[in-house]
Amino acid sequence: MVHHHSNPSPLTDMSQLFFLVWLRKNLFNSWINTILTILLGTLLFNSLLKFGHWAGNFAKWEVIPQNLPLYFVGRFPPGEYWRLWLFLSLLMLMTGLTWGVLTRLSKGYLFNPTVLCGLALAVLTISIWPFIGDQPLLIRLQLSGLIVLLSVTAQISYWCGHPSFPWGQRLTLGWVVIFLIGLWLIMGGLGLPAISSIAWGGVLLTALMSLVSSILSFPFGILLALGRQSSLPVIRGLSTLYIELVRGMPLITILFVGLIMVPLFLPSGWRLDVVFRAILGLTLFVSAYLAETIRGGLQAIPKGQFEAANSLGLNTPLTLGLIILPQALKISIPAIVGLFISLLQDTTLVSIVGLFDLLGISRSILANPIFIGRHAEVYLFIGVLYWLLCYLMSQGSRYLEKQLRSHP
Amino acid sequence: MRKVGLIAALLSLSIAACVTNNPTPTSTSGESPAAGIPDSSRLAAIKGRGKLICGVEGTIPGFSFVDPSGKYSGLDVDVCRAVAAAIFNTATDIDSKIEYRNLDSTARFPALQNGEVDMLSRNTTWTLSRDSSGGNGLEFGPTTFFDGQGVLVSKASGIKDFAGLNGKSICVETGTTTELNLASRAKQNNITVNEVKFQDSNAAAAAYAEGRCEAFTSDRSQLAAKRTGLAKPDDHILLDDVLSKEPLGPVTINNDSALFDVVRWVTYGLFQAEEFGITQANVSTKLKDANPDVQNFLGTQGDLGKQLGLSNDFLVQSIQAVGNYGEIFERNVGTNSKLKIDRGLNKLWTNGGLIYSPPFR
Repeated sequence: MVHHHSNPSPLTDMSQLFFLVWLRKNLFNSWINTILTILLGTLLFNSLLKFGHWAGNFAKWEVIPQNLPLYFVGRFPPGEYWRLWLFLSLLMLMTGLTWGVLTRLSKGYLFNPTVLCGLALAVLTISIWPFIGDQPLLIRLQLSGLIVLLSVTAQISYWCGHPSFPWGQRLTLGWVVIFLIGLWLIMGGLGLPAISSIAWGGVLLTALMSLVSSILSFPFGILLALGRQSSLPVIRGLSTLYIELVRGMPLITILFVGLIMVPLFLPSGWRLDVVFRAILGLTLFVSAYLAETIRGGLQAIPKGQFEAANSLGLNTPLTLGLIILPQALKISIPAIVGLFISLLQDTTLVSIVGLFDLLGISRSILANPIFIGRHAEVYLFIGVLYWLLCYLMSQGSRYLEKQLRSHP
Repeated sequence: MRKVGLIAALLSLSIAACVTNNPTPTSTSGESPAAGIPDSSRLAAIKGRGKLICGVEGTIPGFSFVDPSGKYSGLDVDVCRAVAAAIFNTATDIDSKIEYRNLDSTARFPALQNGEVDMLSRNTTWTLSRDSSGGNGLEFGPTTFFDGQGVLVSKASGIKDFAGLNGKSICVETGTTTELNLASRAKQNNITVNEVKFQDSNAAAAAYAEGRCEAFTSDRSQLAAKRTGLAKPDDHILLDDVLSKEPLGPVTINNDSALFDVVRWVTYGLFQAEEFGITQANVSTKLKDANPDVQNFLGTQGDLGKQLGLSNDFLVQSIQAVGNYGEIFERNVGTNSKLKIDRGLNKLWTNGGLIYSPPFR
């Protein structure tokens, strides 16, 4: 050690030099930037210090581990947790499969540094996270098992995926099947004890609502976008009317209509599930916005594409389905994902209509006399969870874009 | 096209799964409805469905919240449980017979009126305009918590009563009756206070905690809850002055006497049980009590329960499920709980409070 200190190797010397050059070039390249750097640096450092002081000395973090199941699955009966674990395993299996196949097709590296870092971070979190409950060790093992499952499946499918096999269609079918099995495991019925949707909550409900409304809004959004471009005046008028009407209403109004007015239209004795009504409201809302996003994509397609399709003898549905929509959707991906990310955040509004999404369950946890005044800790934690969900979505979309670019 | 078909199938599947038909109880349930319950009453629908849908607030400390095991807890929640135990004549695993719905103050009355929930037990103040058929058209059950607007001050401030607030600054939530009450009481007492206004009560409480105001005003139950979140709760006291009347209790819809009577008399039953000294622990031994009033009350003789359309021992089930009113109060908000709210007006009438039940005869 002494030797290293007194006589630094040329490599560290070089990197130190690069670092200094970088600093000078980016942060201290003029006197005004130097002042700004120092001011902002001090401010940032100070805030971080204050935050660290609070987090270490004043914050009482036990409100997080003690209520962990609530944040993730809400009031889902603990006796039925195995169904969620099973679903997660299937999800990991499918993700691993898809990941391996896609990486192989794009001739990329499966475990690039970013992915390795992510996995390492996940394993680290699982091993040091303070689980409080009956079997913390079991939970650690189960979570680690999921990560192992993901990595192993990815590796196997990377090795074994045969290029001539039509993986694309099979994977789509696989995801649909997994989705249906997931719904069955969560809802129950058909042999499993049914679990009322009122018991779903936390991340489970937030993810489920945003996922299902994203999927459902897609066909509606495309139809509305095409409808608005249609040459038939009635269809165009109705589509425009719907889009403008919905975009003129705040989401919370639509959710309240779903909660308060829908029961008035139903025959007496009929009850429409609350979660279903919330999903319906979100879907109706987001399809209007999606329609406009897709219309933007449609308008970006050059007229020559239509003409080329026509000259090939394709009729309108085939032109749209084979030529126009694939291109329009591809260029709309960033905007669409932005829409779905904001949809995920909009789901917090359902806590106002009495559902236990991540925010709703947190408000209820904060009303526990034992945890009064722990707002900062709880909101910080669910903020991180929301960020993780949104970040995963945007990473997924970037991956998808890259895939579509290399395989047009 | 295949994908579109799949999505369509998915859509119809989920719709089919989500719409549940609750046939009228007369058509499917084996037992005929008890005499005296009209089919139109929601009581019949509750029995047919096998679940009571109870609207709660869900985020009020001590009144309704979700504990770490995922169970609802609180004074308002226990009222729901007592009613469900009486209706379904069972005390075991009563939560499986209740569907709780969180409702905020804007959604609560419409949800009750359109049949979303059967009853409310969620910190609702009983007022004329809410009760009257020309107003909200609701029925208010017996008050289960006499609340009122109060003032929280630090012991160090030396403020002893409302008049002592002269010239001091008070944190208050804006746009509420709280703000109006404060102004009118200050005028009555000929004092001037500096109102520091906030959009929500959490912000007001945080400002008080940081020392921006010398006092903080809100409902007394809320103040007690907020106090437990302060760094040193024991350094703060609630003034004895009460600035407004806030009687809170369960609510049902107008023109449904069968359900309303059940809610009303089960709640009174909790009061009366405390007066008789019947607790969750001793209710089974009290069944052999020689006092004819107790025998009537617990249904070992007479047919009081039957007159309500319930079984005669309906209160035995309620008390076994949640205990008497005193036990409910102490467990959730009383001096032994985290909130440490003094019983005050919520003492039995025999102890100088307002908790009073008409006779069970």
